[in-house]
Amino acid sequence: MAEQRFATVPRTAPDAADPTPASRRRRFGLEQRRNLTGWIFLVPAAALILWMNFYPMFQALILSLKTGRGTRLNFADPLWFNYERLFSDEIFKLTVGNTFIYLAIQVPIMLVTALVLANLLNDKNLRFKGLWRTAIFLPAAVSLVSYSLVFRTMFANDGFVNDVLLWLNLVDSPINWLGQTDTARFVIILGLLWRWTGYNMVFYLAALQNIDYSSLEAAKIDGAGSFATFWYVTIPQLKPMILLTAIMSTNGTIQLFDESWNLTQGGPAYTSMTMSHYLFEVSFQRNPNFGYGAALSYVILIMVAVLAAVQMKIGDKRD
Amino acid sequence: MTKTQARKLPGYIFLSLTALASVFPLYFMVVSATNTSRDVLNSRLLPGTALFENFSKLVAQQDVASAMWYSSLNAVGTTVLALIVCSIAGYGFEVFHSRGKDRLMAFLLLAMMIPFAATMIPLFQMFADFGLVNSSVAVILPAVATPFLVLLFRQSARSFPHEIVEAARLDGLGELSIFFRIFLPTMRSTLAAAAVITFMTAWNNFLWPKVILVNNSYQTMPMLISNLRAGYVTDYGVLMLAVLLASLPTMVLFLVLQRAFAEGITGAIK
Repeated sequence: MAEQRFATVPRTAPDAADPTPASRRRRFGLEQRRNLTGWIFLVPAAALILWMNFYPMFQALILSLKTGRGTRLNFADPLWFNYERLFSDEIFKLTVGNTFIYLAIQVPIMLVTALVLANLLNDKNLRFKGLWRTAIFLPAAVSLVSYSLVFRTMFANDGFVNDVLLWLNLVDSPINWLGQTDTARFVIILGLLWRWTGYNMVFYLAALQNIDYSSLEAAKIDGAGSFATFWYVTIPQLKPMILLTAIMSTNGTIQLFDESWNLTQGGPAYTSMTMSHYLFEVSFQRNPNFGYGAALSYVILIMVAVLAAVQMKIGDKRD
Repeated sequence: MTKTQARKLPGYIFLSLTALASVFPLYFMVVSATNTSRDVLNSRLLPGTALFENFSKLVAQQDVASAMWYSSLNAVGTTVLALIVCSIAGYGFEVFHSRGKDRLMAFLLLAMMIPFAATMIPLFQMFADFGLVNSSVAVILPAVATPFLVLLFRQSARSFPHEIVEAARLDGLGELSIFFRIFLPTMRSTLAAAAVITFMTAWNNFLWPKVILVNNSYQTMPMLISNLRAGYVTDYGVLMLAVLLASLPTMVLFLVLQRAFAEGITGAIK
């Protein structure tokens, strides 16, 4: 995407037809100096990104091959010891399963809802457009910790949700939302949907504004219903954005931590805990094991990379 | 006319329900902050009179002023540094563009795919070696340069007329003054978008501060409210007030600069 743009933007090229060698040499010097200025301008950011992202990423790879407690770490024998241990770690497997349950249920529901909402809001004749958008986008302003604690309060045993259900006679006794596996996972999924649907809707709205409104009008004149227009005209044009939001949401869900920590505390008995939460526990609580934690973090890294690659592949295929 | 209106009714109903569901938990948070714990559990949905009582209980338990200070320091520090470092880099990548720089940019973009989990432990070790555990430097530094912001500024530098740069050079202006005195002032909307998104992310960040701020006396607001729920008996009125205080800065920012925030999250990929 970026490459294409850069090809279409005209740039002032050094004057190749300049006849005098002396002036050419001077110009070349100037070009070089400007080139150097450019490098100086971008060095702080580039160095920080390399130092704070790529360097620790490679450090983590080395660390994942080491074992030991605290700071006394030695290379493991065999080198892949930590990875071997991961594959027989029942809690780790459970947290992988939990994370993928969140991913598989929440992301599709969220993206479809966000698409529908964005499509509704893109209607030129819609009333109170700003009000709808602000209200639905508002959850994105709250921190993950904050909303987790609000949901925790609302879903407490004697909390608001149970009061409503009891009052409506839908249940006979309060549901122990956060104390049972299925309901605890359900509350986390509900929380994620609440927090991120409006956020993704804004991406689709931005993309919809770039779609030629006349193509929608033309479809309508041709007799296409609103669903047909949505499916055959809008969706294909939104494809790059759908791919992007799918990759972002997948990436975010795999790294879920705040909700697991604050909303359910991973419980009951690890059944709602996410991989990142377990990583934190392994690395920084009780008996910290940095080598094992690093191996776990590399599995997360590989999952993010593989899923992004798969999604890009699927995204390409539909062309 | 009435027929089209009727056809739109399901849409309006869906929007109303979604909007209601989006706002309700926040309304619940606000009213619960003014109610006693018992009233919160009795699902009282009207403002109460326990606001000051909750507040005095909260400050008796936790040093809210200190957490607010550290949250502000970290978020403002991150935002100011990120704006300077990333805007000048985006400008450098675009205005002084060369093949090598394009390649570097493509490489740096890969950092967007690195999960924080995979860098967290070595980052902790590194800052521990520097003796910077519990310091704001350790909280701020990893968040200053992001490929996303560099990309955002590179994209906006793209629409900046190159002739103006050339004209300023002919007038004898140095490259740095061209950037600060001519380019940056025209980038107000991009700067606002970048500032809002960076501030909100920094203010709301939880995992990294939790890892690197080992001593609770340096805790930020998200850490403070997270620690409030850890007790055996939770006072829900106090908890909701603390959550409200932790959310207020970003919520106000959102309501005032919503457009900038929307541009901030979507800007770099348009």
